[in-house]
Amino acid sequence: MECVFGLVGNGFAIVAADTSAVHSILLHKNNEDKIMVLDSHKLVAASGEPGDRVQFTEYVQKNVSLYKFRNGISLTTAAAANFTRGELATALRKNPYSVNILMAGYDDEAGASLYYIDYIATLHKVDKGAFGYGSYFSLSTMDRHYRSDMSVEEAIELVDKCILEIRSRLVVAPPNFVIKIVDKDGARDYAWRQSVKDVTTAAV
Amino acid sequence: MSRRYDSRTTIFSPEGRLYQVEYAMEAIGNAGSAIGILAKDGVVLVGEKKVTSKLLQTSMSTEKMYKIDDHVACAVAGIMSDANILINTARVQAQRYTFMYQEPMPVEQLVQSLCDTKQGYTQFGGLRPFGVSFLFAGWDKNHGFQLYMSDPSGNYGGWKAAAVGANNQAAQSILKQDYKDDATREEVVQLAIKVLSKTMDSTSLTAEKLELAEVYLTPSGSVKYHVHSPDSLTKLLVKHGVTQPAAETS
Repeated sequence: MECVFGLVGNGFAIVAADTSAVHSILLHKNNEDKIMVLDSHKLVAASGEPGDRVQFTEYVQKNVSLYKFRNGISLTTAAAANFTRGELATALRKNPYSVNILMAGYDDEAGASLYYIDYIATLHKVDKGAFGYGSYFSLSTMDRHYRSDMSVEEAIELVDKCILEIRSRLVVAPPNFVIKIVDKDGARDYAWRQSVKDVTTAAV
Repeated sequence: MSRRYDSRTTIFSPEGRLYQVEYAMEAIGNAGSAIGILAKDGVVLVGEKKVTSKLLQTSMSTEKMYKIDDHVACAVAGIMSDANILINTARVQAQRYTFMYQEPMPVEQLVQSLCDTKQGYTQFGGLRPFGVSFLFAGWDKNHGFQLYMSDPSGNYGGWKAAAVGANNQAAQSILKQDYKDDATREEVVQLAIKVLSKTMDSTSLTAEKLELAEVYLTPSGSVKYHVHSPDSLTKLLVKHGVTQPAAETS
């Protein structure tokens, strides 16, 4: 029931992901951060098998870092997205990674961009994208309300609409979400939306 | 002379030299020269052709200049068959990068990658080094127009003007005196032809003995690699006073 979605606004891109770590019927924790900061100006929101998710995104992150150390320049968002897709494609017919990724980034030349990369190495550059059961609700909501060049406030309003829709309509809806943003000033946390805080033992 | 130590390429001599690498550079010193010069709006490569025969099909291939990718070209000096192998290696490396990143390979990374290959032949495998020196000319969005020179040892450097092959030291010293920053491509072509005419062994410079190529940006922003035709070369040589114009036949 993992939910990941994102959209591109005016000079920025926003991604949101649920923060539930689930194993069968057990919720391990509800503050698991599934949006990795790939480098100073890139975010990777990932959903899928927890082991694969961490392993693969860390692998991409380290390769992106290695490129920067070797060559003195950072990869563009497009190059990083294509590299990621290539790795998924190479692994696909042997040992596929069960990971779906939304890669958001900001480049001086290309501006803000969002890439949809699914576990069978489909790559699309998109204005809005989503993965998981929540995508039925978030994509429809975004299709209804999205305009190009939204401001941050308008985009967050839309993100909150999507979260509300997921919470109210998805049968096992994740209670908490994390929202991150990337723009010319870099990639960073924007906000958390928590309807359930961590459970502590009740005082007797 | 520590001759005992130079039959194996991969070991040092007692004086700390790699003789096979040095011998490779000797071989290049006997080959046709090539000169590369950076202009503010492009890079110019000019080469001296050693194989000049009326029977040669010049329209179909070049002897000194090769395109590696849409945005990078090179001039070679040395053993041509060795050069072909390395040029192919460079082409594959460039395409491999583009396959992975869907972007053109930055020029310095391409040069570095090829030089890593060359270095391997000076350290392991028991094979001799490649007897080729390269002048790479290209453009990328990180550093604009660039010129790199690499040699059999696998060393490379970025240059404003460089010469390889026969009489390269003489050419390099003329370039040092006459090179100006921010020259236009036309001025640089003139300088390149002048330097080559002064350092070439042959008495007269004609279009058949030269190859001239330019790397520049078209108005639409794409990189163009243009090899001059023999006619265009002849006109240039006349224009810059290197050859006399053909006499009018009556």
